[in-house]
Amino acid sequence: MTPSSSLDTAGAAPHDEHHDHHPSYLVDGTTIKSWLLTVDHKRIGVMFLFFILLFFLVGGIFALLLRVELLTPGPTIMDAMTYNRTFTLHGLVMIFLFMIPAIPAVFGNFMLPLMLGAKDVAFPRLNLASFYIYLTGAVFMLWGMLNGGLDTGWTFYTPYSTHTTTTVAPVMFGAFIIGFSSIATGINFIVTCHTMRAPGITWFKMPLFVWAIYATSCIQVLATPVIGLLTVLVAVENLFSFGMFDPARGGDPVLFQHLFWFYSHPAVYIMVLPAFGVMSEVVSTYSRKNIFGYRAVAYSSLGIAFVGFFAWGHHMFVSGQSTFDAGVFGVLTMLVGVFTAIKVFNWVGTVYKGAVEFSTPFAYFCGFLFFTVFGGMTGIALGTVSLDVPWHDTYFVVAHFHFIMVGATIMAFLASLHYWFPKMFGKTYHEGWGLVSAALIILGFNATFIPQFLVGNNGMPRRYYDYPERFQALNVASTAGASLLAFGFLIIAFYLTYALVFGEASGKNPWRSKGYEWVSESPPPTHNFVGPQVTFPEEPHFYVDPKKAEVPDAV
Amino acid sequence: MQSSAHTADGTANVPRLAEHFASLEVQNHAARLGMWLFLATEILLFAGLFVCYGCYRFLFPEAWAAGSRSLDLTMGTVNTIVLITSSLTAALAVHYAKEGKNKMVGVMFALTLVMALGFLVIKYFEYAHKFHIGTLPGRYYFYEGMQMPGITLYFTVYFCSTALHALHVVIGMTVLAVAMVRAFKKKDFGPNNYTMVELGSMYWHLVDLVWIFLFPMLYLV
Repeated sequence: MTPSSSLDTAGAAPHDEHHDHHPSYLVDGTTIKSWLLTVDHKRIGVMFLFFILLFFLVGGIFALLLRVELLTPGPTIMDAMTYNRTFTLHGLVMIFLFMIPAIPAVFGNFMLPLMLGAKDVAFPRLNLASFYIYLTGAVFMLWGMLNGGLDTGWTFYTPYSTHTTTTVAPVMFGAFIIGFSSIATGINFIVTCHTMRAPGITWFKMPLFVWAIYATSCIQVLATPVIGLLTVLVAVENLFSFGMFDPARGGDPVLFQHLFWFYSHPAVYIMVLPAFGVMSEVVSTYSRKNIFGYRAVAYSSLGIAFVGFFAWGHHMFVSGQSTFDAGVFGVLTMLVGVFTAIKVFNWVGTVYKGAVEFSTPFAYFCGFLFFTVFGGMTGIALGTVSLDVPWHDTYFVVAHFHFIMVGATIMAFLASLHYWFPKMFGKTYHEGWGLVSAALIILGFNATFIPQFLVGNNGMPRRYYDYPERFQALNVASTAGASLLAFGFLIIAFYLTYALVFGEASGKNPWRSKGYEWVSESPPPTHNFVGPQVTFPEEPHFYVDPKKAEVPDAV
Repeated sequence: MQSSAHTADGTANVPRLAEHFASLEVQNHAARLGMWLFLATEILLFAGLFVCYGCYRFLFPEAWAAGSRSLDLTMGTVNTIVLITSSLTAALAVHYAKEGKNKMVGVMFALTLVMALGFLVIKYFEYAHKFHIGTLPGRYYFYEGMQMPGITLYFTVYFCSTALHALHVVIGMTVLAVAMVRAFKKKDFGPNNYTMVELGSMYWHLVDLVWIFLFPMLYLV
């Protein structure tokens, strides 16, 4: 449906001829078993996509229930205990089951080998195992949630989480198991980057999405074991009262917080770094320009991953930290902002004087840029100790992390879903509906969370079931925004499902992108490349030789 | 990477090259790199417990000193020697695998397994003694001889870290047992095919290394 797809129809005919000998991964084996026991990274990615969308739906429904409950002060549709369980479930599902695996496990899995000119990831069976480990963990978690629920919030703070009567242990074991899935994916991707690059793809010719996934994997491998240990300790403590974090026996709950945030702060970069990587691809493709400052973008991914490990203390400014510690953590937090700003400037530099094709992924890029800059700046403000203390645990924080972490990640998730839809399924979607839903989602997101910034700044604490009358107007506005957001997602669900079944064939490269992943067929055959080893003579997204380009959009 | 193929003459053993790897060398490199990364995650897993140890030791130095003295140093030392020796035999297994002496690989791993079992038996006696006198974690603690703030916490840390380590010993034993059976039955380890032995042995060294940290922390200092 895109203007460019017609240009590619000429290339589609030989592509179909090819099909007889090398069927695409989607039709190479059609039994259920051929999907469930596949070791093909593409099929595993698609299976991940299915379940991640399912959990996104679950988390989203709970978000809507929360917003409806907060429509009026006092009880609206549920009692206080149900409310506590609902926001815990919303947080857990969205973080552990949706956002952490969303981009790496789906698009990382699918694209990484294609972008490196490899036939698969380094350990295909481990890859499949990580999918089933993820599902096992999810089953544990949801089972615990349905049988009693959990009311601690996703942070499991002790001593409450070790004393609450709700079902902590199965949920914690679920989180522990999902951690293994995350580690397996991380190890797989790092080894793939090190050993599977096609001849000619040097480290500094790797696509920026690969760099982002590489940095993410480093965090996954180094941080996840700590939360793994911690979830086991808390679950054991909840079951047997060993007293590891129990003040009555000399245990220190603040130690729990340190260990928790040692993982959970880097975890936000597990969510957002792949988003940055997606955007580096999208911005080049739709601006039709080589990425501006390739090395700066690549290094800043590693920089964020590194600094991210030393910023966890900013979650604990009010947990009895010394002023000096708080200051150090504040400064380290701001360093993350520096690295992010490097990326933002380079993206803007890429768009500058580019031949922008304003299609759906680019619309999400614009939304992403807004959420990253706005959310990032509020992050700098929150990293300032004197400002954080009054804002601590208010809706300002909720709105902040929904902007930077959720907003940026969802924008990137949707951008990659649209950008790589032809790559993954060989079909085109309706561009008009794409733009409409993008507009709805970006507007809805702002309408949901800008009121929360205001209501938080006015002093409304997070996680409270009830609130005074004067906060109602802003809460109603936020709920209205959330419905707009939900409506946008519904439209996407409809037209993408329609495209999947009835969509026109997209051809090999409908966006005329020069990203490496488009070198193979769309959808690719089972082992990605047919025939002799493909070569990659140019850098990724090499649209024009910068030395010869007087006019950058002359493609 | 585990299954192997015999060449035409049926003598030289090389592992099967998975379709997505460029060469055997790359395949083995990938396996080793993956193992190193996995070991890094294991170290971080224990690092969390080490942080708990350090933090509480700083808060309750007297309890830590008393708790440490109450442990059976002889048993701990014997266990350390047993485990280090088992690491030596595991390393020798790799050496023999490179030379293609499959029988020796099996024997070395069998020795390692015997020593690992010995380690667990000694550990069992230590645990049994503690269960008997009541130096147990948290609310299960009932030993009258030592009553001071933080002492239950010492035994929480002691049991959590040694139990986690023992679990790793069991996992390591399973891995080595698989390699041992293969060395005896299929006899296909050789200069070009010893990745499995090497990785199993690497894991065993990690199990050993963690104990080398746990032993002085819990028993000596």
